[in-house]
Amino acid sequence: MPSTEKKSNSTPVLNNEMRDEIRKYFARYPTRQAVTLPALHVVNKYLRHVPLQAVVEIAELLELSPAQVQDTLSFYGFFPQQAPHGEVRAWVCRSISCALRGGEEVLAHMCAKAKIQPGETTANGKLTLEFGECLGACELAPCMLAGDQLVGHLTAESSEEFLASCGALGTS
Amino acid sequence: MEIDLTNNTPVLLSRIGRPESHTLSDYRADGGYEGLARVLRDMKPEDLIQLIKDSSLRGRGGAGFPTGLKWSFLPKDHPGPIYFCLNADESEPGTFNNRILMEEDPHQVIEGLILACYATRSVTAYYYMRYEYPRAWERLLKALDECYSAGILGKSVLGSGFCLDIFPHRGAAAYICGEETGLIESLEGKRAWPRIKPPFPAVEGVFRKPTVVNNVETVACVKQIVDRGVDWFKSLGVPADPKNPRDPGSYGPKLYCLSGHVERPGCYEAPLGITVHQLVDHFGGGVWKNRHAKAAIPGGISMGLLKADEFDCPLDFAGPGRYGCLGLGTAAVVVMDETVSMVDFLHNSARFFAHESCGQCTPCREGTAWALRMLERIRAGRGRLKDLDLLLEIGDTIGIMPGTTICGLADGAAWPLKNAIRKFRSEFEEYMQRTNPSGYQQTDAVPALSSLSHGGH
Ligand SMILES: Cc1cc2nc3c(=O)[nH]c(=O)nc-3n(C[C@H](O)[C@H](O)[C@H](O)COP(=O)(O)O)c2cc1C
Ligand code: SF4
Ligand code: FES
Repeated sequence: MPSTEKKSNSTPVLNNEMRDEIRKYFARYPTRQAVTLPALHVVNKYLRHVPLQAVVEIAELLELSPAQVQDTLSFYGFFPQQAPHGEVRAWVCRSISCALRGGEEVLAHMCAKAKIQPGETTANGKLTLEFGECLGACELAPCMLAGDQLVGHLTAESSEEFLASCGALGTS
Repeated sequence: MEIDLTNNTPVLLSRIGRPESHTLSDYRADGGYEGLARVLRDMKPEDLIQLIKDSSLRGRGGAGFPTGLKWSFLPKDHPGPIYFCLNADESEPGTFNNRILMEEDPHQVIEGLILACYATRSVTAYYYMRYEYPRAWERLLKALDECYSAGILGKSVLGSGFCLDIFPHRGAAAYICGEETGLIESLEGKRAWPRIKPPFPAVEGVFRKPTVVNNVETVACVKQIVDRGVDWFKSLGVPADPKNPRDPGSYGPKLYCLSGHVERPGCYEAPLGITVHQLVDHFGGGVWKNRHAKAAIPGGISMGLLKADEFDCPLDFAGPGRYGCLGLGTAAVVVMDETVSMVDFLHNSARFFAHESCGQCTPCREGTAWALRMLERIRAGRGRLKDLDLLLEIGDTIGIMPGTTICGLADGAAWPLKNAIRKFRSEFEEYMQRTNPSGYQQTDAVPALSSLSHGGH
């Protein structure tokens, strides 16, 4: 495919599949900048993080400066940059309805069992455990979102079963 | 006064709980998209705006703004494009009704959205959904595919010549993207910093074009009004106060979210204006474990607090305000039983807002962070009576209402502070005396426990 995009010096981290997926969004918006969030999601889906080099390459694709993309990325606190998140990324809700039913205790319990702090990834890379704010599933409190799976009515036991199922029980 | 619930039948939720409720064929078997076909055939966009005005529908996303009126603020004879943004960012703690609609009945939402786009002459709609709804997201994508294949979206909606695209857009876990101009900035690919208004989105919104932002439940109501008529809609709810010419009333059904310390948490449909008692007892099976209630959030955490002896508060647009709360908000009621410490509640609330403040306005950024620091110190047994006045000072001075911030997140942060401390002051004082017997009367400056890290946004 002929390309007018500037090439940067480092080895590219965005492969053609990612680039094509990002380009599919162009027709949906009147500006390229609006594709920033979709592009970040595409890269994060493949790489489980969005390293700086990817930011540079997204900026090229969207005809923006890397600073514009980085500015948006850093606002959300959602896209890891230093290292990939775990194979599974789970958010345990700490907002009010879950907290009233033991959500914070479940998160503390899970962190102790997985031997990590909230926001960290187990040494074997299986799981990143984070706190989340209200996951919009308060009727299932306390709950967590693990990848695409909403898990409700968490208990010490069920949360340990979850850790075991993703290979994150006391691994580090 | 309590609303009679003997004949209460769900309408917005009527299809929920059936295994195939999310599919196009199931939706059509229930007459889905027939109302849309009728409108496209028989009504001009301005007729539909008039219908929604006549219904007195008010937005379900939190502010309760009259929907028909909002639509009529769009410039007349604009060369276009006009954009529609569906606000599915639902992140107000306690709230999950949009999720239920989008997971279980995505076509009801899409039909409502198409009708709203037709009324506002929008030819492109962005469906902005929070990231944490993967199941709703997957069902939306599938439902949109079904619509394009069936000619319900695209070049000519149901053969009418009306052209409409709906593009799904996924957020990235930030509460502020639910504020309508934060949503617009986020959609444009920028940080979600709410805009100073005016200009209002209807005049200059996304991509600097006229834009309408509506909530998911609001457009679902539009579809029901089209099907069932204005008289049906106005037969439910609470009429306008005749003594207040500016009160548009609270008509129609509402999806109430009930969570916390009740036996049966869930999303329940009832006419606007049921009381907290009715919601908790009739739908929720009462306070759990045979305990007593101590307090409840009336409509998402931003709305403040009701004491247990205020549960006769009607949950209509005007009710919670009469009890010192900010408003009806998202009608998400969170019940707290007698064992809950108000210090813990307020700490949880302050932590949420400090985490979610976008940082743009100094009073909000510093006020929410400072409140959290103080509450951490109070909780750790180093609280002073003076802190309550300092917390109230923050509560009374941050927000759109005191005129110090750009958006309403700060008002939402302020209300729990004001309500919790004013309604439960003696509990805070007793806590301080008990946990900090030697220092609770101290009034000179004290250091925070540790500096807060703002990891994330
Ligand atoms: C901090 C903040 C967060 C908000 N979050 C949402 C939200 O998640 N969903 C929503 O529909 N409205 C939300 N709103 C209200 C919107 O700004 C806007 O009023 C609403 O989407 C308009 O739709 P409606 O008229 O149909 O209610 C929020 C407002 C504020 C101040
Ligand atoms: S009030 Fe708070 S959240 Fe709203 S724009 Fe200002 S800093 Fe951002
Ligand atoms: S408070 Fe945890 S899902 Fe809403």
